[in-house]
Amino acid sequence: MEPMRQSPSPCSSRPSSPRTPPYETLGYVGIDAVLDQLKIKAMKMGFEFNIMVVGQSGLGKSTMVNTLFKSKIWKSTALDLERPIPQTLKLQSVTHIIEEKGVKLKLTVTDTPGFGDQINNDKCWDPILGYINQQYEQYLQEEILITRQRHIPDTRVHCCVYFVPPTGHCLRPLDIEFLQRLSQTVNVVPVIARADSLTIEERESFRRRIQHNLRTLCIEVYPQKCFDEDINDRILNSKIRDRIPFAVVGADREHLVNGRCVLGRKTKWGIIEVENLAHCEFPLLRDLLIRSHLQDLKDITHNVHYENYRVCRLNESHQLPRGPGWVNLAPTLGGPPATPRPSKVCQQAQDDSEDDEEC
Amino acid sequence: MDKEYVGFAALPNQLHRKSVKKGFDFTLMVAGESGLGKSTLINSLFLTNLYEDRQLPEASARLTQTLTIERRGVEIEEGGIKVKLTVVDTPGFGDSVDCSDCWQPVVRYIEEQFEQYLRDESGLNRKNIQDSRVHCCLYFISPFGRGLRPLDVAFLRAVHEKVNIIPVIGKADALMPKETQALKQKIRDQLKEEEINIYQFPDCDSDEDEDFKRQDAEMKESIPFAVVGSCEVVRDGGTRPVRGRRYSWGTVEVENPHHCDFLNLRRMLVQTHLQDLKEVTHDLLYEGYRARCLQSLARPGARDRASRSKLSRQSATEIPLPMLPLADTEKLIREKDEELRRMQEMLEKMQAQMQQSQTPGEQSDAL
Repeated sequence: MEPMRQSPSPCSSRPSSPRTPPYETLGYVGIDAVLDQLKIKAMKMGFEFNIMVVGQSGLGKSTMVNTLFKSKIWKSTALDLERPIPQTLKLQSVTHIIEEKGVKLKLTVTDTPGFGDQINNDKCWDPILGYINQQYEQYLQEEILITRQRHIPDTRVHCCVYFVPPTGHCLRPLDIEFLQRLSQTVNVVPVIARADSLTIEERESFRRRIQHNLRTLCIEVYPQKCFDEDINDRILNSKIRDRIPFAVVGADREHLVNGRCVLGRKTKWGIIEVENLAHCEFPLLRDLLIRSHLQDLKDITHNVHYENYRVCRLNESHQLPRGPGWVNLAPTLGGPPATPRPSKVCQQAQDDSEDDEEC
Repeated sequence: MDKEYVGFAALPNQLHRKSVKKGFDFTLMVAGESGLGKSTLINSLFLTNLYEDRQLPEASARLTQTLTIERRGVEIEEGGIKVKLTVVDTPGFGDSVDCSDCWQPVVRYIEEQFEQYLRDESGLNRKNIQDSRVHCCLYFISPFGRGLRPLDVAFLRAVHEKVNIIPVIGKADALMPKETQALKQKIRDQLKEEEINIYQFPDCDSDEDEDFKRQDAEMKESIPFAVVGSCEVVRDGGTRPVRGRRYSWGTVEVENPHHCDFLNLRRMLVQTHLQDLKEVTHDLLYEGYRARCLQSLARPGARDRASRSKLSRQSATEIPLPMLPLADTEKLIREKDEELRRMQEMLEKMQAQMQQSQTPGEQSDAL
């Protein structure tokens, strides 16, 4: 059963949907206590969230993840020039359990070093597509078993954050190719990376141009217009859609500004505060991914993207598939279906205990 | 009368006067991925608006864009000295998904200019040789990468023996001071490792004053230059107006040596080493090309020996150089343009002289 969306006024027993006519209650029934029950169950079970970061090296992906979750998920430093650029795209996953006010979150971050760094970047998105489909396949295999687990471990990618370099012009061909293919398989949130090299006016014009590009090429990024359920959603999401892609800056060092300790980047002409809305839009990204739309991301992944995958697979095989093996779904832009290439995807899932020691 | 005094100490002055009359011409190439601030930097360096009429291509147009070479010329005059500056731009470099061999058009262009000069030099009419050889290539490195990318290395390797390379880190205001130092060191190490020859500044003489030596050493240490470009003047309340970029957390001043290396680059490129760049292009790089070219002609069985010995204009088309020959008519047009320009200048000078020779009261009649 899906946990219910939080309605804005949980105290009264007024129905949230405008279609049901209002009725009078003769006394207090106690339906709203269901929300508390759900909360207790959720806190016991904990939440899972899988996020993938994609972009060229040096755009601050690892730093951004560290800043988002306020923990050293990746051991990245600002002077991390010693990490060599890998020759082929290798996906790396790291899992952490973070806890805040009694709520546990099992967070899995998948990084994609080597994306877009080579001279010839043709088809560099294939390993990423393969990984995402592999997670869908794993879930599908678990779902069709006769005796299923009570809670299927969810390793499907709920959100893919795509880092656009701050050129200030428009989307590059590589960005377009990637976004076109992936927005059909997973929720994609594009962000303008390292936005501290753009002034406010440059950011706005860059953003408008990107939005125009996305509209012209019919690329639907999260939050997708077609999945807005009601008028409230539409209003909220329209505000977000107007600001996508967010211009973000990441930092994992603290500095003293006006007596407060803030995360930021210190240059000779000022300190860029990451959490200051006048400096960058990182708070908007954090609110979107964690504070307001985390559950929505998971719902859309489960109800839309996973179902699409499942329908494709069942149609292809005409029967319930039994054995292992997954098929790389052909992108709907007319590319030929590729043969399974499990060897290209190099996934390294590290143990929780090891990472806790590192942090 | 001083019998020891011959008088050739005045030779540098004569040279100076002749150079001022002739003017200088300089060809600068800018290369690098799009979005690294190349056009802004050129406009800032020479205080022009060369790129005013530039139309940035749409995203869908970029999908099928190939690398093109664009030339833009401008005449700059300062203190009576004229410089004819040509900027060669390479839009489309590094933009596609597959950038294999995207540097070939650039290499071909550089060699074409050498080839043209070789033809001119070996021709009959050598009065008005137009020097369109590329004297310097400013290569822009992204501040976001971890040093040189594979594409950067491939490009630099392809052109380092053909043009003076000055590596530059674009949009350097994205970096904190420690990051800038680390990135510069990484790039220097990589250049050494890949054996890429960038332009070497000549050592200053031992009899120069300390100040100059210190400046020179500082400049050499700050290669690759971390630059920020801007043509906008920012007027912060209270402080004097500066050229810079205004952010909500502060203002980057382009001409502040603590903020970026723009002043160093401008001093090096324009004030101190412009002539040296041209000389190195002519004495080292062009001569290297010429030697390679002529040696390949001297290979046995290449051509008939008789025709090879006369490198005249008539047989120029028979030389098996791999480039396309320029049409003769275009050459003539260029020569005529030069002559016209010179005659116009002489006319202006004569008019000015006539104005001066008349008495102040009659000046109103002169026009």
